[in-house]
Amino acid sequence: MNATALEKIQAAFPEATCKVVLDSVVIDVQPENLENTLSRLKNEADFNCGLMVDVTAVDYLDYPQAQDARFYVIYTLRNWEENILVQVRTPVTDPETGIPSATHLWGAALFGEREVYDQYGIHFQNHPDLRRILNHWQFEGHPLRKDYPIDKGQVCLDSDPLENEIRARLAKKGVGEETMQDINTQVMFLNLGPSHPATHGAIRILTALDGETILANVNEIGYLHRGFEKTAEARTYNQIVPLTDRLNYCSSMMNNIAYAKAVESWLGVEITERAQFMRVVLSEFYRVLDHLVCLAAALVDMGGLTNYWYLYNEKEAAYDLISRLTGARLTSSFTRIGGMYRDFYDGWEKDLELQLRGIEKGIGDAIKLVDTNRIVHDRTQGVCVVSAETALSYGLTGPVLRASGVPFDLRKDAPYYNYESFDFEVPVGSNGDIYDRFMIRFYEMTESIKIIRQAMKHIPGGPVNVKDSQVSLPPKHQVYDNIEGLANHFKLVFEGVKAPPGEWYDSYEAANGELGFHFVSDGSGTPYKLKVRPPCFYTMGGFHKMVEGNMIADAVINLSCINIIGGELDR
Amino acid sequence: MALGLEATLGDTVITTKLDECVNWGRQYSLWPFIFGTACCAIEFMSAAASQHDISRFGAEVVRFSPRQADLLLVCGTISYKQAPILKRIYEQMPDPKWVVAMGACASSGGIYDNYCTVQGIDTIIPVDVFISGCPPRPEAVLDALIAIQDQIKGESVLQDRHKDFKGILD
Repeated sequence: MNATALEKIQAAFPEATCKVVLDSVVIDVQPENLENTLSRLKNEADFNCGLMVDVTAVDYLDYPQAQDARFYVIYTLRNWEENILVQVRTPVTDPETGIPSATHLWGAALFGEREVYDQYGIHFQNHPDLRRILNHWQFEGHPLRKDYPIDKGQVCLDSDPLENEIRARLAKKGVGEETMQDINTQVMFLNLGPSHPATHGAIRILTALDGETILANVNEIGYLHRGFEKTAEARTYNQIVPLTDRLNYCSSMMNNIAYAKAVESWLGVEITERAQFMRVVLSEFYRVLDHLVCLAAALVDMGGLTNYWYLYNEKEAAYDLISRLTGARLTSSFTRIGGMYRDFYDGWEKDLELQLRGIEKGIGDAIKLVDTNRIVHDRTQGVCVVSAETALSYGLTGPVLRASGVPFDLRKDAPYYNYESFDFEVPVGSNGDIYDRFMIRFYEMTESIKIIRQAMKHIPGGPVNVKDSQVSLPPKHQVYDNIEGLANHFKLVFEGVKAPPGEWYDSYEAANGELGFHFVSDGSGTPYKLKVRPPCFYTMGGFHKMVEGNMIADAVINLSCINIIGGELDR
Repeated sequence: MALGLEATLGDTVITTKLDECVNWGRQYSLWPFIFGTACCAIEFMSAAASQHDISRFGAEVVRFSPRQADLLLVCGTISYKQAPILKRIYEQMPDPKWVVAMGACASSGGIYDNYCTVQGIDTIIPVDVFISGCPPRPEAVLDALIAIQDQIKGESVLQDRHKDFKGILD
């Protein structure tokens, strides 16, 4: 992000106020100019924001500084080629009337705006399918509004039948009532999940089939909605770290790191060199672990159980290594604002190298079973293809986007923690089919192992936490021996690290794609609002685009190769 | 030529109680249904994989149809949206059936004390064993399995279990 982007945008939108916040240009527009602004940002070659990153809203009801309107909706857009990140903010005076929808510009808005509607009750005009997404259909009220009590649970007595939605989708695909009644093309409805071995967690996939071919597909998510965002509003910044573990629980430490990085970037805290290297090593290690689980489970879905043992046994062994470091197998909680929980233990380097060799062997064994396997090729090549354009429109990021031939990777395009100085490749697919999505994960593991080895070779010594009494806890001997240390410790634990008032977005390349955090701070030790931009959520939003026209059995392996993790999907 | 047990016993007649005999069979052939929703399901994967190997306890025949299972392992957070599905799965399982709540979320809602999380699945279905931890280690899953086996040993085949249970969805 640079100053020219701001000048360019300000010149193009003279009536709007533009400013730079961290890496993004924030544009404040009135609702009547919203549609025009968004479509120009997408369609004009100067901006070319083809990737819709996220949609969210803020409820300023309890905010100390008065605002023009109670609600604001924020669209986060990205031009991945030139690394321009734009946030468009617009006030919503009447949530019932709402604002115009952006669904005709980006497919990602279909899911994104539904979430805003569900959580904040803001209407989007001309949204084709505006209904609840995370909360159940019998839910009343909008939980992320500040006047909704956090503990007010509402019982759901029955599942949503989804019949109207699938019929609407069928009609959109050109299948009318007449075709459905015709004996030769009789449409069958098939429901997978939410409790089904193919769904890897709790997702509901409803399909309308002609024989075995999927004519239309509608998905229901939100079964694992655990109120991360509402819970986070009542926790200090450091207390949220354990909650982030449970977003993508297959690579918990990456969430810890992404979260800490997002807070530190606003505080202006530069973490120590050693902590930066540690974060690189650990996040690449977790990227490998995440891909191992995804591939192990995906190959089981395809009928290759042997791969599961080769890949999962290495993951199991890696858990031992991780628990030696963090004390936990799955939920690491290893970062703190301003650094890490602790340094590597003595002998970590040797243990890590042994584990890396084990993983390489596991990958080697598994890839031998896959690489020239006719069955794998026939089942995956040319199946569930998604074009680069569709992938960008639906907000797909990470391995799934790269499989469609878009070489977007934040580690290369907006590098942090010295990623620009590491020697590694970003594997890119050519067809955007299931095969590419599989193989990209295999190659990414090899690249990540390369990065880990380079980082471990050059990791400097020194402390792992910044020496800033406003951010990091003082050393224990100071807490026990003098009153200043004790008071410092007490205040940091009880009141938390204080973030200056403001609003910012920061993103990170996690195993599944762009993991972003959108914060609003009122100056206290707890975030006023914290929105996660989970990569899975938007990948799932594009699922129907991948599977329609393919066979039902392909939908099953497609679901496993895009690695949907419930904790991150539903939060 | 007989080589196994029959060689020793020959045509001996053994008398025992029906409970002893049936429970002995039930104990070592529990067929689990994994209601995996969240992080705990990943730890169950570890319990099933080679290192911890749940088949040592006769419970490796993981079923994905509730009609073929007699042990419901609830691994992960249950939201209010999920609750009616859990209840239906439980009702579809034939008697006798046992339920394990794995992890803090399933047992009590865990760290998610909020508008969308059920505060313990025992408000929906009867639970036999709770496992603490967030998530529990695979050893804890095996421990719960042994606890269920011990429980089965003491039960009578003539008695209905949890006949009077009433949850928030009933």
